[in-house]
Amino acid sequence: MSVTIRVVLPAHLRQLAHCDREVSVDAEPTQRGVLDALEQRFPALRGTLRDIGTGRRRPFVRFYACEEDLSHEEPDAPLPAAVAEGREPFLVVGAMAGG
Amino acid sequence: MSDPRRTFARMSGVRVLVGTRKGAFVLTSDERRLEWEVAGPHFPGWETYHVAGSPADPDRLYAAPSTGWFGQVIQRSDDGGRTWTPVGNEFTYEGTPGTHQWYDGTPHPWEFARVWHLEPSRTDPDVVYAGVEDAALFRSTDGGASWSELSGLREHGSGPKWQPGAGGMCLHTIVLDAADDQRMFVAISAAGVFRTDDGGATWQPINKGLLSDGIPSPAAEAGHCVHRLAQHPARPQTLYMQKHWDVMRSDDGGDSWQEVSGDLPTDFGFPIAVHAHDPETVYVVPITSDSHHFPPEGRLRVYRSRAGGNDWEPLTSGLPQRDCYVNVLRDAMAVDSLPECGVYFGTTGGQVYASPDGGDSWTAVVRDLPAVLSVEVQTLP
Repeated sequence: MSVTIRVVLPAHLRQLAHCDREVSVDAEPTQRGVLDALEQRFPALRGTLRDIGTGRRRPFVRFYACEEDLSHEEPDAPLPAAVAEGREPFLVVGAMAGG
Repeated sequence: MSDPRRTFARMSGVRVLVGTRKGAFVLTSDERRLEWEVAGPHFPGWETYHVAGSPADPDRLYAAPSTGWFGQVIQRSDDGGRTWTPVGNEFTYEGTPGTHQWYDGTPHPWEFARVWHLEPSRTDPDVVYAGVEDAALFRSTDGGASWSELSGLREHGSGPKWQPGAGGMCLHTIVLDAADDQRMFVAISAAGVFRTDDGGATWQPINKGLLSDGIPSPAAEAGHCVHRLAQHPARPQTLYMQKHWDVMRSDDGGDSWQEVSGDLPTDFGFPIAVHAHDPETVYVVPITSDSHHFPPEGRLRVYRSRAGGNDWEPLTSGLPQRDCYVNVLRDAMAVDSLPECGVYFGTTGGQVYASPDGGDSWTAVVRDLPAVLSVEVQTLP
């Protein structure tokens, strides 16, 4: 069942997709559902979050919500209720890396 | 008395496309090349290895920004760099790509990392080639929307023996032959130079005459760290090469190479360029060594040979002659084709230098960009 999910994107991707910091997508409340819907709405994001070939999360991309790191959750695991209900956003974060 | 507005309208000019560690910049000037407009950064924060313009349509540009977080994207402009649109970024190797050698000699799977170089077709603005890491050649025939590998290169035989250079195993140079539309040259670090004579279907290594200390066989068919190739359109059989060490020349389309380092203060370096109107005038930027990536004695000097190599003269007017410890990377030098040939290069210190007189004098167009990765020039009508 699709619900409206709030997604917060980092600066590099906002610039690429020409969108605001926070966008909404109608999606299944899972990581895969949100990312599929995000790529459908903003085709320029295809390949920037997940490897196009394998579908795996890019190593320095992290997903957070409700102050929890969801990066290692299964793609089809349900997102927290607060995200599915629109009370909290799903955060896409470029990992702090480098010097 | 002529109308100055009409004079201005007829005046040609140049557009310099600069890729940097943190985005792209477009520098424009009229044919005098004295005053410059600087636009950018485009793609701020994205490491832009290369920006290139179509010879067939100067308003069509391609750029290759990437980041370690979000990977590779390709951007296209249809208005000379004022606005950009993301196009296709799916670079999938044909078939099962197999392995090449890792730094320690063990097999390593072929993995796409980034695009190093974009080479638009001379005749069709929708056709563009991409040289990528891990080394392979891709082509788009739809303006960058989709990409297909020319896998005959990677699969021609020596591929499993290719090893990365210090910067990764990259296909960094693509030369589309000026006379034969079926002929192309590519250079790979650290594999060497390869040529196709059938539009990219089949390839052969052309490294005869290259000598590289430190590899098991100094004269091996592949394994050479070629940094850059240059060709003059009026003499396509002649190729110039800046190798890891040695400046080389071929007069038979790459079948054999001779060293032309001559009296250079050091023959290590990255870029090499040929004067637009004289196939025997060549430019290099000597760099101290492979461990000291800065000019000898802290003096930034372009060296010019008017004899196709061997005899070189330093060009210093306007360039810093003390305390200069920048590098000039392989894709960061280019020439325009105005009647008095302009020469341009960018540094890892963020300067872009221009010479409107074939190298005799230089001025810094900009001094404080992010580290410059590439410089290309379009000569505008």
